Amino acid sequence: MKAFDHVTAASTREAVELLSSAAPDGARLIAGGTDLLTLMKADLIAPPRLIDLKPASELRYLRFDDAGALHIGALTTLADLERHPEVAQRLPVLPQSVRDAATPQLRALATVGGNLLQRPRCWYYRGDALCWLKGGSACFARDGQNKYHAILDHSPCVAVHPSDLAPALLALDAELVIHGPGGARVLPVESFFAAPTDQERVEYRLAADEVLAEITVPRQPEGARGAYLKVMDRQAWAFALVSAAAQVALRDGRIEHVRLVLGGVANVPQRIRAVEDLLTGQELTPKLAEQAAERAVAGAKPLAHNAYKVPLARELARRALLAATGLMV
Amino acid sequence: MPDSMPALPATPDEATRQTRIRLTINDTPHDLSIAPRRTLLEVLREDLSLTGAKPGCEMGNCGACTVLLDGEAVYSCLVLAIECPGHTITTIEGLTRDGQLHPIQDTFVQYDALQCGFCTPGQVLALKSLLDRNPHPTDDEIDRGMAGNICRCGAYPKIRAAARALARQQP
Ligand SMILES: Cc1cc2nc3c(=O)[nH]c(=O)nc-3n(C[C@H](O)[C@H](O)[C@H](O)COP(=O)(O)OP(=O)(O)OC[C@H]3O[C@@H](n4cnc5c(N)ncnc54)[C@H](O)[C@@H]3O)c2cc1C
Ligand code: SF4
Ligand code: FES
Ligand code: FES
Repeated sequence: MKAFDHVTAASTREAVELLSSAAPDGARLIAGGTDLLTLMKADLIAPPRLIDLKPASELRYLRFDDAGALHIGALTTLADLERHPEVAQRLPVLPQSVRDAATPQLRALATVGGNLLQRPRCWYYRGDALCWLKGGSACFARDGQNKYHAILDHSPCVAVHPSDLAPALLALDAELVIHGPGGARVLPVESFFAAPTDQERVEYRLAADEVLAEITVPRQPEGARGAYLKVMDRQAWAFALVSAAAQVALRDGRIEHVRLVLGGVANVPQRIRAVEDLLTGQELTPKLAEQAAERAVAGAKPLAHNAYKVPLARELARRALLAATGLMV
Repeated sequence: MPDSMPALPATPDEATRQTRIRLTINDTPHDLSIAPRRTLLEVLREDLSLTGAKPGCEMGNCGACTVLLDGEAVYSCLVLAIECPGHTITTIEGLTRDGQLHPIQDTFVQYDALQCGFCTPGQVLALKSLLDRNPHPTDDEIDRGMAGNICRCGAYPKIRAAARALARQQP
């Protein structure tokens, strides 16, 4: 890890000021540090200055408002989210998604903001190779070792997004509140994530002088239930091979509202609208869940070593839909 | 694996960036002068000779460096020492009182829950953090609570037995 200097931000505003007065690439925020420090230790990045956001304690909160929306401050830890009884009761997909993320030690430090901004776990990316995502000219995984990579081809890079929280937030139609020098903006979490492009080789859209302040989960439709399922190489301490988040509300036995999101299949979590279109207005039977799951993986194009992800994604989609509907636990 | 880490050579640049901090470790304040890039694990071991926290992977992948930060188990390899003033840090050295082992340590001995001992400080502290929050965890809660500590010797069945024995104890 290269030397850097270290300053603190006592508020969101101070963090924005410190970021905007820094030279390009001159400073980075540090929250829990659990992703940032691993990147710095591997010399993948070497920011000359770190701005510690943790003293901005105004950003650590979890509360429901009168309209039923949940506000999650960016500095809320994954452990805070996992342990909050009211969140568990009203939005169970959230604690389900973080419960199997990383380990207790990491969840105690890791913040929700940092979780959405963590970088891929592709081994070429984390190693010495100057691959496309790091500014090089070629993706080494595409024709190399790609067991853990994408089955949907959205950019020159085939790394998948490592976050467990992100698919759950997409399933809940969450929005992000982002503060910059010009004030605050709000955008759907789905548009915050985007496949990397030649100009922006990163999986999110956040300017260097912006601070992610809040995740807002709107009030869910009456009676909505959710489920998050994750498959790992081992039972703990592993990133998802594939994950599925579903949120479903029924009315008179028919699906009135449905979201299905797959993780581990593409550069960013994928909301599968084709499945939502198929299911809306229908009664979910085991047969229909099977058809929906088939449709969820219709466009999959596996690489040499990850064809196993297609049936895995299909089965997780099926189970998540059934679990969210209460037809299967 | 050697029980000490080679000290990172300080660059001249870095020498000018030493920062004075006060860390409270095991109830004792320590005044230190450190470079911002040093991890809590490095400072504990190299500056304070508290070598109970072990350097394993140093990337959040093994749990050997586990300490308590404000009562929560964390990996000290992923914490910057400069961010710790004002927080309470407990290492395995702080569990022993007047030469008496902590009940968790006693139970580990009783259940033979270690072989080489490299992972043990981390296991004990992870379990302490769990039991302090939840004195009677279920078997599943124990497995989940202890999921962040790898044991290279595979002492898991005995670690689990020790944890279950502690969980069943009345307060
Ligand atoms: C061994 C290991 C296993 C893991 N397993 C999983 C897993 O199974 N599932 C999973 O979801 N995650 C997993 N993680 C990732 C972990 O959850 C993330 O590292 C963590 O959530 C990042 O949060 P942080 O607060 O530590 O972020 P940091 O490391 O502090 O920051 C990450 C990035 O976000 C930026 N940033 C942080 N907060 C803000 C903000 N408010 N505004 C703007 N920018 C900000 C930082 O500048 C940095 O670029 C694992 C990590 C490790 C090391
Ligand atoms: S998948 Fe992405 S991160 Fe991995 S080698 Fe290819 S370009 Fe790099
Ligand atoms: S040394 Fe910190 S987790 Fe391995
Ligand atoms: S006792 Fe040897 S690593 Fe656990």
